[in-house]
Amino acid sequence: MIIEHSRINRVQGDIIAVPASGIAYGELATVKSSRGVSLAQVIRLRGDEVYLQVFAGSRGVSTGDTVRFLSHPMQVAFGEALLGRIFNGSGEPIDKGPALKALPRISIGGPSVNPVMRIIPRGFIETRVPMVDLFNPLVESQKLPIFAAAGEPYNELLARIGMRANADVVILGGIGLKYDEYLKFRIAFEEAGVLSRTIMFVHTASDPVVERLLVPDMALAVAEQFGVQGKRVLVLLTDMTAFADALKEISISMDQVPSNLGYPGSLYSDLAARYEKAVDFDGAGSITVLAVTSMPGDDVTHPVPDNTGYITEGQFYLRKGVIEPFGSLSRLKQLVIGKVTRSDHGYIMNSMIRLFARSREVEQKLAMGFDKTADDERYLKYGRLFYERFMDLRVDLGINEALDLGWKTLAECFRPDEVEIKQEFIDKFWPQVTTVPAVCEYGGTN
Amino acid sequence: MNGPTHGRIVAVNGPLVTCEVDEGWEVLQNEVAYVMCDGVPLKAEVIRIRGRQIDLQVFESTTGLKVGDQADFSGELLSASLGPGMLGMIYDGLQNPLKELVNDQGFFLKRGQYLPALDQKKLWDFEPMVEAGTPVRPGHYLGQVTEGLFPHPIMTPLRLLGTWEVKEIKPRGQYTVNDTIAILKSTDSSQSAQEVNVTLKQEWPVKMPMRTYEERLLPDTQLLTQCRLIDIFFPMAEGGTACIPGPFGAGKTVLQQIISRYAQTDIVIIVACGERAGEVVETIREFPGLEDPKTGKSLMDRTVIICNTSSMPVAAREASIYTGVTLGEYYRQLGLKVLLLADSTSRWAQALRESSARMEEIPGEEAFPAYLESRIAAVYERAGKVRLYNGDTGSLTMIGTVSPAGGNFEEPVTQNTLKVVGAFHGLSRSRSDQRRYPAIDPLISWSLYLGQMQASLNTRHEKWVNLVQEAHEMIFKGSEIHQMMLVVGEEGIGLDDLVVYFKSEIIDAVCLQQDSFDRVDQATSRERQISDFLLLMDMVHHPFRFKSKEEVKCEMVNMQNLFFQLKYCPFGEEAYMRYRSEIEAILEEKKAVNS
Repeated sequence: MIIEHSRINRVQGDIIAVPASGIAYGELATVKSSRGVSLAQVIRLRGDEVYLQVFAGSRGVSTGDTVRFLSHPMQVAFGEALLGRIFNGSGEPIDKGPALKALPRISIGGPSVNPVMRIIPRGFIETRVPMVDLFNPLVESQKLPIFAAAGEPYNELLARIGMRANADVVILGGIGLKYDEYLKFRIAFEEAGVLSRTIMFVHTASDPVVERLLVPDMALAVAEQFGVQGKRVLVLLTDMTAFADALKEISISMDQVPSNLGYPGSLYSDLAARYEKAVDFDGAGSITVLAVTSMPGDDVTHPVPDNTGYITEGQFYLRKGVIEPFGSLSRLKQLVIGKVTRSDHGYIMNSMIRLFARSREVEQKLAMGFDKTADDERYLKYGRLFYERFMDLRVDLGINEALDLGWKTLAECFRPDEVEIKQEFIDKFWPQVTTVPAVCEYGGTN
Repeated sequence: MNGPTHGRIVAVNGPLVTCEVDEGWEVLQNEVAYVMCDGVPLKAEVIRIRGRQIDLQVFESTTGLKVGDQADFSGELLSASLGPGMLGMIYDGLQNPLKELVNDQGFFLKRGQYLPALDQKKLWDFEPMVEAGTPVRPGHYLGQVTEGLFPHPIMTPLRLLGTWEVKEIKPRGQYTVNDTIAILKSTDSSQSAQEVNVTLKQEWPVKMPMRTYEERLLPDTQLLTQCRLIDIFFPMAEGGTACIPGPFGAGKTVLQQIISRYAQTDIVIIVACGERAGEVVETIREFPGLEDPKTGKSLMDRTVIICNTSSMPVAAREASIYTGVTLGEYYRQLGLKVLLLADSTSRWAQALRESSARMEEIPGEEAFPAYLESRIAAVYERAGKVRLYNGDTGSLTMIGTVSPAGGNFEEPVTQNTLKVVGAFHGLSRSRSDQRRYPAIDPLISWSLYLGQMQASLNTRHEKWVNLVQEAHEMIFKGSEIHQMMLVVGEEGIGLDDLVVYFKSEIIDAVCLQQDSFDRVDQATSRERQISDFLLLMDMVHHPFRFKSKEEVKCEMVNMQNLFFQLKYCPFGEEAYMRYRSEIEAILEEKKAVNS
């Protein structure tokens, strides 16, 4: 039985209250106002007063508007038919495709996975971004944030990974996305021909703020179903700081005591509930989460990146348009390096990073006005090649190609005894030709 | 399950549910209640009573609850079931066995499902130890069963009051945890219950400290963790407490995992409180295959895991630490050495903060409740070494990690924890960035047990504690000199300072740093710690005389390399002896040159 209520007696922020009884916590409702119909969710019960957060926002809601309770919590359609489709923040298709009325609907924000049903992850997800694959490989079921200040090309990076990663299903959750960015994602996926394995849930910056909260939950609920069916799912979320800001807004409207910079005390749990959906199911598929966390003021101790860092299994720093090799970390990388990937992976990774650190030191030394030695020249050359061949985000290389290029780069700049790699690997992998032609190919140096 | 008191829900705000009970009903603070959601009972705990309005924190998602739904009060405090069969188990924060939940729930946890913590069907071989007529106190051993590696005494209920005697004791035989093995008779006329049945299992309210022992003792025996930095510089005592704060990525969890594997203790209880499920998974999947070097059995046989990961309900996270401590206290009561590792207490404090905010209490610093300090103190104070009524000793050692926001140790959880613990193992970002693991910063960490255990530590060597302090000072000096070098360059410091700097770097490289992924280096036995550290101190005491800075560098780098190679060689084996005698020879030779 569906009852209509038509006396809204409180509007505060995007929260409204109506007198009603028999309403369940978490239940969904529709609010019909002169502006149209919006979904709303019960977020508090107090006596005969029911508090709802209105997804489309409370602007224009009148005290005489009707509220209909739907007697079920928030749900999202699920099925193979979702592939290739684009939805908005409340789960409605926005791509002019057919409505998905016939599909079964699943609840979002479901219970967590029993820890004993998880397995130690062991799958490697190739992204064809060498700074990821080679130095901090993404492991199936990993949750990794990309920390970036405003203006960094994080969405571009995410789109690239979405296009190239070897996953069965890619789900994009856009939270507070600029409309242009959304179009860029769509065009990129279309052009790469990967739209058919992609599902997009897009909330743009102009959409109501409450809908931001739903995007990760919908994306992850759908991912979870595909995962249970044995698919390897990659979920891309951008930007989780916008999600946290929406949490802040709602909790302040609810008169909650803020804990740090206005964010609610539950920020950690709220973020963790989403990130922890990343899982490798024992005997089924997996969910891997790659999420952008923009850092206000480029400050990693800001509550959102800080709490995120405690939850996730490593982090990528995107600075000056490249993935920073120092500071970026994939905590699960040792599970796949040299085990799933080629045996020389670990050695070449360590050696290349060590030498790159050296090359940075040389740069600093020269910047301070010290004399340049012949050795310095080689390190500078190495640094330059490293940047062009590996750090540049446009580089598109499979892991084995990247490893080979790594050996080639080392051979062009150093002698085998300088790279601190076990002799057996040097014997096996060190390129025989050490002339310089390959360098010019990349247009880098003399 | 249906207790005497009932109520009706009047408000729902996230996990906080308010219900109203009729006039005259009795409600206990921290009593367990069940709220009925479409016929599914959800466990909850009373956290505030205001007249007829009772606030409950529900340990599950409250989606679907309605105003008017029923709440049943159980009349019991939130309790843990204690008895044989807990070792090797993986529990959630409310002591539900997660492995058993798997069988009916598939991949996901389903709310409202509660299973007994102990296997109800397993038969235990019980052997009585007392006769009828014996006067008993709470915690008196009536008999014992064998649980894996340990004899597991069966005690009279720890919550008994007054004086009792054994009326009847069952003969040797096989019993389940619920079978009565003895009947006690009150010898105290003031007690209302005249007889009590004793079963293999008993209940204890998790938030109450267990005080059924003769006295608490000063922790004066070392708890060997086999982590050099801890054992030598900031030692832990059996029955002591320590706090490991650190920013994310500094290696808190790896350090805890290492300690849980190699600590020389009888039982390890791991409380994964609001942390990643992935970390628990590693423990769950790897421990059964790892051998406990002390017993030769699987490590899982001495381990209990309590796991309330970050995506599991927040209210149960608060309970998980108490459940862990209660299990620890119970095993201590059996005369065992127990180590409790809690990762992380910040998440627990945040759970307190969340429920406090929902109750609209006036917040303290960083919105943590004002009672944060006393709650933290109360938890850590439950650790300790005790002498039991029967003269045996048992200990509960507690190591808690803290995840300070922004890596800043000035925040309330770290500060309030430091007030009550005996050792501080502070991890620093600068050390972890330099890949100096474990990233415990020797410049900020401390342990009160170094002084407190002086007598027992000096059994390692008559001047052990002095030597350790000397080495520690050397590290401080080395760090100062390093700071100086950053400003004035290597040219700006004297020859002697350079030597001191190198000596401190060698201590750092070969003693402080420990490679947790190397088979030899990951755990260092007591004998090896003594032998290697004394050799290192011979080097430190050596009055090297060098002619130039180039010579210092050359010689000291060589020395460092020898020590470095030494630490990766298995103790006492041929390669180890070779490097050792090489070092000794250099030290001798230098001495000859100097004289």
